[in-house]
Amino acid sequence: MRHFFTILNHEIRMLLVNTSTYLAAVVFLFVMGFIFTFLLEVYSEAAQETSPAYDFFRLFLGFAVFIIVPLTTMKSFSEERRSGTLETLLTTPVSTTEVVLGKYSAAYLVYLLLWGSTAGLFYLLHHFAADPRLLDRGTLIGGYVYIAVSGLLFVAIGVFASALARNQAVALVVALALLFLLIFGTKLSLGTQFMQLAALRPVRDALDYAQVFQHLDDFSRGIIDTRHLFFYFTGTALTLILTVLGLEAKLLHN
Amino acid sequence: MSTTDPNPPPLTIEVEHLVRTYGGMVAVDDVNFTVRRGEIVGLLGPNGAGKSTTLRILTGFLPATSGVVRICGIPVASRTDDAKRHIGYMPENNPLPEDMRVNEYLYYRGRLKEIGRERLRTRLDAVLELCDLKRIRHRIIGKLSKGMRQRVGIAEAILGEPDVIIMDEPTIGLDPHQILIVRDLIGSLRGRMSVIISSHILPEIEVTCDRVLIINGGRIVAQGTPAELRREVLGRTHYHVHLAGDLAALPTVLAQVESTLVIASASGPDASGFHHATLTTTRDEELGEPLLRALMARSYRIRSFSRTEPTLEDVFLAATKRSWDVVDLPGARVPIAQRPRPGPPT
Repeated sequence: MRHFFTILNHEIRMLLVNTSTYLAAVVFLFVMGFIFTFLLEVYSEAAQETSPAYDFFRLFLGFAVFIIVPLTTMKSFSEERRSGTLETLLTTPVSTTEVVLGKYSAAYLVYLLLWGSTAGLFYLLHHFAADPRLLDRGTLIGGYVYIAVSGLLFVAIGVFASALARNQAVALVVALALLFLLIFGTKLSLGTQFMQLAALRPVRDALDYAQVFQHLDDFSRGIIDTRHLFFYFTGTALTLILTVLGLEAKLLHN
Repeated sequence: MSTTDPNPPPLTIEVEHLVRTYGGMVAVDDVNFTVRRGEIVGLLGPNGAGKSTTLRILTGFLPATSGVVRICGIPVASRTDDAKRHIGYMPENNPLPEDMRVNEYLYYRGRLKEIGRERLRTRLDAVLELCDLKRIRHRIIGKLSKGMRQRVGIAEAILGEPDVIIMDEPTIGLDPHQILIVRDLIGSLRGRMSVIISSHILPEIEVTCDRVLIINGGRIVAQGTPAELRREVLGRTHYHVHLAGDLAALPTVLAQVESTLVIASASGPDASGFHHATLTTTRDEELGEPLLRALMARSYRIRSFSRTEPTLEDVFLAATKRSWDVVDLPGARVPIAQRPRPGPPT
C-alpha cells in the first residue's frame, strides 16, 4: 500500500488543478442553491410537516446523486485507458488494487468536498432566518452522515463504470444506469405484480432491505442502523473488488 | 557482444519459448533471446510482427500464454512487482498526461518507482539535464512539441536508473533533427543499461544498436550484429567497377584474385568504351586492394571502384521474405495446441 498515498496525492492534485472541477462545483452549487431557494419558498407559503433539510436530502437521492457521481468519477479510468497512460502507470511497481483505491479515495474526497459545501446553504438560512424550527439539528447531522456513508457505495459504482468503459460517455451512461437501478429500481420492482409471488419472498425481503430511500429516512430521523452501515460498507467493498477484477480482466484481454 | 569474452556481463533479459495468443491467433510464437547488461538491442519487424506484444510481456503489463521471461534473473510472471523495479518503459506513442507540468510528472513517476525524495531530487536534475529538458521543466506536457514529449518519455524511462530500458518505437513521428537527439540520448546509455528498442525504421536501428533481432509473424527470423546479419542473411559482398578493357578475360582475372568472385552483371560499353560491372563474392574480407592491383596489372582502365555493403534494409527484406517462405510452406505452422509444451509460465 506504499503507493496508495502517492496516487491519492496525485489524483487530488490533478482534480484541483483542473478547471473543469471548479466549473462543475460552481454549476453544482448553483443548482443546489436554486433548489434550496425553491424549497424555502414552498415552506414560506404554507406550513409543512417536515423540515426543509429533510426534503433537501430526499432531493439529494432523487436528483443530485445522478449529477455528482458521474462528474467526480467518470474520468478516473476511462481517460487513462483512452490516452494509454494506464499502461505506463501499471508498468511501475504499483498494483491494480492500489490504483483503484487511490483513484476511488480521491473521487470520494472530492464528492465529500462538494457535498460539504452545501452546508453553506444551511448556514445562510441559520444566519438570516435564525428560526430553530427550520434547522432540525438531528436531521441535518443524520442527513450528512447518510450522504457520507452512501457516497462510499455510489462513488464506488461510478469508479466501477469508469473502469469498464474506455469512453467517458459510456462510463457516464453505465454509472447512471447502475445508480438508477439501485436507487429507484428496488422500489419499482417491489411494486410489480410479479414480486408478490410467495416463492419470491426472500428476494422481496432482500430488495426491501436495499431500499435506499428508507435508509435516508432512518438516518435523517437520527437512527444510525448498523444494518444500513453494513449494507453500504459491504456494497462498497464488493464494487471495488469487482472494479479491480474488471480492470485486470481488461488488461488480460488487451 | 563477443562470445569469447571470458567474463561476459550478466544477462539482464532472458526470454525462453515465449508464446502469446490472442483468442487463438498467435501473436508471439516461441521467441527466445537474451540481452546482456550494457547492450543496445533493436527489435526489428514489419507492422503487426509481434514487437509491441513482446515488449509488453517483458514489462509485465501483459501476461504470456506460455514461456519464461526473466528480468535480471527475476521471473516476470511470478514476481511481477520485483521485476518492474528493474524496468524503465516507454510505450508506443508515448502516452503522457496532458495537463501536468514536466517536472511534476517526472516527480510523480519517480515516487511511483520508489525513489526516495532526496535521491529523486538529484535524479530529476540529472535526467532533465541529460534529456535537455531544463528549459521546459515548468511547461505543461500537453503544449509540448512531439520531440519534447518524446524526450520527456525517455527521461521518465531512465529516471529510476533501471537495469533494463524498453522503448517501443522511440523515434516514430520525429523530424530528422529530433531523431538525431533521441539517437544520441539512447547511445549515451550504452554500457550502463540494457536497452531494447523496437522499430521498423532501419537506419535508426543500424546506427544505434549493437545487436538486432528481426521478428516476423511472431517469430525471430534472424539475430546478430548488423554485420553478422548481412553475412548470414545475404551472404555476399558487392563491388561496383566502372572499367574499360577486355570483358571476356575478366572472369579469369577475378578467379585468380578470389575463387568465389564472379561478375553478377555488366553493362555494354558506353561511348568511351567503359562498362559498369557488378562483382559479387561470398567472402566477407576486403578484396579491394588485390582486385584493383590485378585489374591494373592486366591494363584495365578504371574510372571508379567501390565496395557496397548491403544495408540493413536488404537484410530485413531478405529475412522477412525468407520467413514468409518458411511460414507459407505447407505444414510449417503447427497449430499451437499440437506443439510440445514448453512448460507453464513461472
